[in-house]
Amino acid sequence: MHGLEPKTAAAVAPPPRLRFAAPIHGWLLLLPAAVLLATFTHYPAVATIVDSFYSTPKARRAAIFVGADNYQAMLGDPVFWRALSNNIVYAGCVIPLTIALALAMALWVNGKIAGRPLLRLSFFTPTVLPMIAVANIWLFFYAPGYGLLDQLLGLFGIPSHNWLGDQHTALICLIAVAVWKDAGFFMIFYLAALQQVSPQLAEAAAIEGASRWYFFRRVTFPLLMPTTLFVLVNAVINAFRLIDHIVVMTQGGPDNATALILFYIYEVGFKFWDTAYAATLTVVLLILLALLALGQFLILDRRIHYQ
Amino acid sequence: MGYSKTKWLAALAGAAMLALTTAAMAKDITLSFYYPIAVGGPIPKIIDGYVADFEKENPGIKIKAIYAGTYQDTLVKALTAFKSGEPPNIAVLLSTDMFTLIDEDAVAPFDDLLKTDADKAWAKSFYPAFMANSQTGGKIWGIPFQRSTIVMYWNKDAFKAAGLDPDKAPDTWDELVAAGKKLTQRDGANVTQWGIEIPSSGFPYWLFQGLTTANKVLLMNEAGTQTAFDKPGVVAALQFWVDLSKKYGIHPAGTVEWGTTPKDFFEKKTAMMWTTTGNLTNVRKNAPFPFGVAMLPAHEGRGSPTGGGNFYFFKKMSSEERAAAFKFVKWMTTPERAADWGIQTGYVAVRPDAWDTEAMKKYVADFPAAAVARDQLKYAVAELSTHDNQRVTKALNDGIQAALAGTKTPEQAMKDAQAEAVRILKSYQ
Repeated sequence: MHGLEPKTAAAVAPPPRLRFAAPIHGWLLLLPAAVLLATFTHYPAVATIVDSFYSTPKARRAAIFVGADNYQAMLGDPVFWRALSNNIVYAGCVIPLTIALALAMALWVNGKIAGRPLLRLSFFTPTVLPMIAVANIWLFFYAPGYGLLDQLLGLFGIPSHNWLGDQHTALICLIAVAVWKDAGFFMIFYLAALQQVSPQLAEAAAIEGASRWYFFRRVTFPLLMPTTLFVLVNAVINAFRLIDHIVVMTQGGPDNATALILFYIYEVGFKFWDTAYAATLTVVLLILLALLALGQFLILDRRIHYQ
Repeated sequence: MGYSKTKWLAALAGAAMLALTTAAMAKDITLSFYYPIAVGGPIPKIIDGYVADFEKENPGIKIKAIYAGTYQDTLVKALTAFKSGEPPNIAVLLSTDMFTLIDEDAVAPFDDLLKTDADKAWAKSFYPAFMANSQTGGKIWGIPFQRSTIVMYWNKDAFKAAGLDPDKAPDTWDELVAAGKKLTQRDGANVTQWGIEIPSSGFPYWLFQGLTTANKVLLMNEAGTQTAFDKPGVVAALQFWVDLSKKYGIHPAGTVEWGTTPKDFFEKKTAMMWTTTGNLTNVRKNAPFPFGVAMLPAHEGRGSPTGGGNFYFFKKMSSEERAAAFKFVKWMTTPERAADWGIQTGYVAVRPDAWDTEAMKKYVADFPAAAVARDQLKYAVAELSTHDNQRVTKALNDGIQAALAGTKTPEQAMKDAQAEAVRILKSYQ
């Protein structure tokens, strides 16, 4: 009896079905992507936020609601502050350096020079190598004494230095690896954008007597802004997301000098098994990244000239 | 209606058939076995060979051996699998993970399996130094399998060039400093060859125990609830490590990378190094000069921590599965197999009678350095392991690295590490 009712209702009133047909169609098309996003992005994010207000469940002690205790503990955790400040320094160096280098390389290989394909290939090579393998190679570049860096500096009479073992240089060494790794990748985007710039603009500027620097500053760079925004968003994400080289090269040492937030989250979550505190740290990272992305889109987007 | 009835019958028959086949297959017990790789060499091939031999000798038991990455990866995988309700049956994990595994209620002790006299004798057949990290609270939680200690490697050519006896390694801290001073070579401000390198990246606490043990102090109690990082003997040991570089100038300043230390040794950047016995085969293959292997130098006493992995039994096994798993672990640790595993990998064979087997005798006669680690075992102590182990260990690691970098005095560094350890262990008192 119950099963019959909707059928009759549907048969009696067809117009609403027709009215909803088009949106349902649209929703169905969206469904696969929406399900994937909800399962793997939104649900974990919400679960993380919820977990951060509970204690870590142990074998004989279930998780209990602890309010802001985890956040309070975090504020008093010196390693968290160290990781945060390290990450700010790291991002503050890696992002501008990577973008500047990528742009410089793209401008160079966009010109008519001999061996251009080879040069483009060599700039792009670091991108295709896996970070773990690359970090193992750089480990030996930085080795005191016989490492590549010390051998090069030795030519100028600079004494050997324990690059990764010194708290003052370890983070700089990791920044160099990250810049080297990502610049080639971002160069490709700049190169593609540069190919879109009409040569007529350069000709017109030449006729007007504009210098090359002036032309770059007033024409090329503004035209590249959409690419710069894209690259910037990705560079910011990478600066907080990529920690493979830390695992291989320093494990966050010496004395947390190279601990970044995500590395510390991994340590807390999968070495200390303090999942609640790891969730708390993750929430901070989430908020940080959300704010950065929001800022980029809200502030920069207005100043960008889309063709 | 008629149609649906036939379908039902067919389904029932199918279910019955399935039940029958499962019943027939149930005779075969399948056990999953996670293992890590932490040294060079064809480890998966060796393990697969053992498993095949075991299955041939024990029909009805199938072992699914799964290579699970590094020790850290294996622990993460095993514990995550445990939390999702499908733990491995057997896993080789660090002996120091014992308290973590107990706290997670993930592993079961071996004691109730030791029913016969032969089994009880088997449990006592291992080196006591290895069992120190395998039992707590009067129960056995791990069975030693791939275990190691720290030893000192020295370059005989460099000793000869420095006017030292190439066949005798420094046996005390004083001799170490004296030899180191002769071995350290400078070219202006640049050091071309260091006297000694003790690695301090990643897990400096382990190598630090080589110094504290020589100073006759222990870093923790057997229950894993208390640490003694700020004892004068511990501070003095750290002071000595710092002095090797600051005072005597025979050791590089700052953190020394664990991974590149063997390479430094091969490249003659250091004349002596401390590293695991697990590197023995690596050094033997790659050192372009004659080298020696010695026990760590003594001070107040002598000694080294042990290291490496144990067999653990996870919970949620049926009694048949446990019996089968027990059979497998006993089979893997017979004297012959312990000897074979030691020879093939460089790990220290875990029981004294393994060293009396023909194969091992022949190996030691040919390569006496292999026996140094064994002889050092009588002085060995348990590796640092407490409740909330990795967090406590990190407190000590940070302190050691801060002292070596010169940002804290050894005394301050150890005081801070102890305070942090006390805070972490408070809930286990």
